[in-house]
Amino acid sequence: MLLGRVVGSAVCTVKYPGTEGVKLLVVQPLDKDLSPVGGFQVAADVVQAGPGDLCVMVRSREAALAMTDVKFVPVDLALVGIVDELAVQPADKMGELIMRRGWNPFYGKAEE
Amino acid sequence: MILGRVVGTVVTTISHPAFKHRRLLVVQPLGLEGEPPDADFIALDNTQAGVGDTVLVNREGNGARQVLNNPDAPVISVIVGLVDSVYID
Repeated sequence: MLLGRVVGSAVCTVKYPGTEGVKLLVVQPLDKDLSPVGGFQVAADVVQAGPGDLCVMVRSREAALAMTDVKFVPVDLALVGIVDELAVQPADKMGELIMRRGWNPFYGKAEE
Repeated sequence: MILGRVVGTVVTTISHPAFKHRRLLVVQPLGLEGEPPDADFIALDNTQAGVGDTVLVNREGNGARQVLNNPDAPVISVIVGLVDSVYID
């Protein structure tokens, strides 16, 4: 699952049976720092997102499951949540994001 | 399944019903020293993980739906464990 921002909408008059009435939005996939990842993609909307909304998206087969009434549709990206708040640790507080050879103890490192 | 570190939280009020009453967390996969890390992603929490925890994440839809006990959940990534330590040869 990943973040994305709605940048527009797509309109299709001819659609595969089952996808009629599904709103299609053009989204820019983003990483945790909200920098773009790759190019624009088209997502099916199930949460009534609008232009400029930051959303949680789901890819692959699970995107088709996000449709409320139809479950077997050719959809591979769906918006499943509208983000109200995104809190990501600053890079200097994340600690080391690597593993070393040998023992890597991780316990007791979470901050309250 | 992969190992990752929870680095953030996502709050959504409007979301798919399968996401209700569960937390969404931003996870950064851990890589070996000297190798570029994989891209971050969002995972549904099933273990009461918090920011700073090292976690085990299932990134496959069938497993996620089994964990959530919901055959229609549009979820791919779900946190299924809190990691205490890892040994690499």
